[in-house]
Amino acid sequence: MLMKRISAIEFNVLSPEMIRKLSALEIKTPDTYDKDGYPMEGGLMDPHLGVINPGLRCKTCGQKMKQCAGHFGSLELVRPVIHSEFGKKIEELMHGTCDSCGRIAIPEEKLKQWKEMDETTEQTIKRILLKAKKTKKCPHCGTAKKEVLLDKPTNFYVNKERIYPTQIREWMEKITDEDLKMYGYTPEKIKPEWFILTTLLVPPITMRPSITLESGIKSEDDLTHKLVDIIRINMRLKDNIDAGAPQLIIEDLWDLLQYHTTTFFDNNTAGVPPAKHRSGRALRTLVQRLKGKKGRFRYNLTGKRVNHAARSTITPDPFLSINEIGIPTGIASDLTVPELVTEWNKKEIVQMMKDTDNIKYFVRANGMRKKVSEETKKEIIEEIEPGTKIERELKNGDIILFNRQPSLHRLSMMAHKARIMPGKTFKMNPIVCKPYNADFDGDEMNLHVPQTEEGKTEAKELMFAQKHIISPRYGAPTIILDEDGVSGSYILTMKNNKLNREEAMQYFYEMGITELPKTKNGNYWSGKQVFSAMLPKGLNLAYKTNTYKQLKEMNPEANEKEFHEDSFLKIEDGELISGVIDEESLGEGKGKIIQTLFTEYSPEAVERFYYYANRIVGDILTKKGMTVGLDEYETNPEIEKVKAKAIKEEQEKGEELTEQFKKGNLELIPGRTLEESLELRMMRLGAKTKDKVGKEIMRQKVEELLSNDPKYNSTVMIMSGSRGSAINLTNIAGMWGQAAVREGRPKRGFIDRLIATNKRKDVGATAGGFIEQNFMQGMKVKEFFYHSMGGRQGEVDTGVSTKVSGYLYRRLANSLKDLNIANDETARSANENIIQFSYGDDGVFPMKSWRGKSINISRELEKLNK
Amino acid sequence: MNHLIVPIHEIVQEEETEEIIKKFGGKKEKFPQILLSDPVIEELGAEKGNLIRITRETPTAGKTIYYRMVVK
Repeated sequence: MLMKRISAIEFNVLSPEMIRKLSALEIKTPDTYDKDGYPMEGGLMDPHLGVINPGLRCKTCGQKMKQCAGHFGSLELVRPVIHSEFGKKIEELMHGTCDSCGRIAIPEEKLKQWKEMDETTEQTIKRILLKAKKTKKCPHCGTAKKEVLLDKPTNFYVNKERIYPTQIREWMEKITDEDLKMYGYTPEKIKPEWFILTTLLVPPITMRPSITLESGIKSEDDLTHKLVDIIRINMRLKDNIDAGAPQLIIEDLWDLLQYHTTTFFDNNTAGVPPAKHRSGRALRTLVQRLKGKKGRFRYNLTGKRVNHAARSTITPDPFLSINEIGIPTGIASDLTVPELVTEWNKKEIVQMMKDTDNIKYFVRANGMRKKVSEETKKEIIEEIEPGTKIERELKNGDIILFNRQPSLHRLSMMAHKARIMPGKTFKMNPIVCKPYNADFDGDEMNLHVPQTEEGKTEAKELMFAQKHIISPRYGAPTIILDEDGVSGSYILTMKNNKLNREEAMQYFYEMGITELPKTKNGNYWSGKQVFSAMLPKGLNLAYKTNTYKQLKEMNPEANEKEFHEDSFLKIEDGELISGVIDEESLGEGKGKIIQTLFTEYSPEAVERFYYYANRIVGDILTKKGMTVGLDEYETNPEIEKVKAKAIKEEQEKGEELTEQFKKGNLELIPGRTLEESLELRMMRLGAKTKDKVGKEIMRQKVEELLSNDPKYNSTVMIMSGSRGSAINLTNIAGMWGQAAVREGRPKRGFIDRLIATNKRKDVGATAGGFIEQNFMQGMKVKEFFYHSMGGRQGEVDTGVSTKVSGYLYRRLANSLKDLNIANDETARSANENIIQFSYGDDGVFPMKSWRGKSINISRELEKLNK
Repeated sequence: MNHLIVPIHEIVQEEETEEIIKKFGGKKEKFPQILLSDPVIEELGAEKGNLIRITRETPTAGKTIYYRMVVK
């Protein structure tokens, strides 16, 4: 590709002479069309300014509509007006200079001295303005220095008296070139008197085309309306001056002309009421056209739209591979892919042309396109030969890009293979929901079809879904089986899970195994056997499962050897010997099995694993059934006993603490006041109490699950780590514990108490927001109120933090988006500045790493020791 | 210079400076910069145009080396 580097861009202000030179026509009349509907000569719609009607030719250049870009016109203003965008620049100059001699009102020696200083222009200007402000008399000519005031955007006052653009222009003309240089101007190219307009550049018609409505009425562009206003006032001003009208009237009209030019440039100028359309709608003038989300830059230049794309609602289909996207036939037949005819595929293409209507266009070697239809088909078949191209409908296996907004990630747009299906929605495997952050409550997603071989290969090599199983952020699995997937795997591989012959046959068959493996237990097959069939031969793994973690947490001092056998996972030569499959094996950021398959085998191995696991695990869940009932959360006497004891202990301890607090001999926590210490201790006490109850509940539940006849309920979710935690269970069946607002006990409410029914200055547990009840029992009124206080904070926090973090992320992503890794492995910005000498300081690309490390050393050592 | 949180800064010798600049594309204006008025630079007594080597301890990559050009 030919690339040229822009060395510099120069912005300038047009001089009146330049405007006249640019102009193809001087506008003389405010009328646009005459009564017959023809453009007026010398009017705003004069054909010298460009063509907007197809077929007509431009009167200036003679070209047709699309070729002629339009020509500028000019308007001689009777009285000069200030260009509102330059008000500040003019003020700056007036502040620093003398109105009679045009020099900067600072002694020559000082100026010389400043000029030699190594400063930016901004700093110099600041210096000039500061010094000039204190100057009473011009050191060059001795005239008294005037006090200048700018009433934004365009009204100037000198010594509290209004000064008009004519006078300002004279002042600006006086300023010497040498002094302008001090202000950072290039006097040969730009003169401050041009900030005051004597001639207005009138944009070409192509920039403000009129629209003919169906009723035949012509509707003018906002810019044209504004220009008409300017010309009208300009003419009225002229008439009044010629007629010798009183100064007051002239000044009024002059101000009106100023208003119209100001709003012509920017209809949102501060301090100026926006010009309105007849209907009351504010006019969209020059600045409005460029600025903001709907402006030229963000809307038309950055926001270009593309062809070969589709958008539809998404629905799940677990029978698809993670690499596939189901595309409805209706969409597939509208999207096309070009295919080059070669000697090797010519036969096929001719056959496709004969048999189906899948080929939509034929492109000759010279680029001429022909639509394929029943009538033209025969001729076109004759023309097909290597070097020509056809454009055919999407078919199974085509590479497509799939995307969901907000695209925060590289995973928000991944490449998949097309799979044409009946229906109206895009279908995707629910496990790729995670990287897209999609769900099926009405989400829509976009699809793009790469059109070139280069595009297709790039998409497949860099963006293919299976290549993103390991996250580019933290280097661990991110496309994972979750929730039901984990729960199902857990149930499947539990110690006591037995499958009868029929079930076993079905599962093995789904994996393509037609011969039933041998079994150790009579006519039953274990779930571990079925799971093993999904793993490749030669895989060896051993680690502690989530069950181990849970047991350890419940009982930190217990002997590990006495733990349930499912706590320790062992895979030998692709055979699951012991242990249960859970979060540790499959989950996000953990997924030991997934990551090992990915790094030691291939992405395809994981893709196949998911393909089978999805079906079998889903089937297990529906067959075995995983559900919760109210009885699961019913408390039993044992729990009641533990709870009652815990509460009693808490109250005693709480009273003791409050007693100590009142006496002032409470043991202080380092860095805290007496009050803070009490609060903290009460919080800890509350947490401890809840923990005691929670432990007992979990003990019972786990015992039940690991027994010989387990029920499949929320304990499965907790133990497998798929969803929920012991805390959630405690909340339902045990007690809620201490309500918290901003990490402490709730404080706000009445003076010295939380709610009106509490005693003043009661700092005890119950008065401080402790909730003894659980969700099953229902809370007492007081407790319910405490709970709501904590709940409210949670609600507010999620609202605020999503907003704040979303915007923070956007800014960060935007500032980093064009960093790249150069050939010398340095991270560089778009202008080749070095950001890092080695990417991430260690040169590791997380997506190709083991959790951010370039190599999993312990794993490699393990392999060596074998 | 010995500070708890400021990593080790040192002035790179002239011959080595050229070598390093050459290694990273040969354009010294593309290097990260540090102001002459920066407290570390004042402490080191470096001059405009010196290359500073910073040896940092990072949680992810361990010991890493960074260079910054002294500018005015």
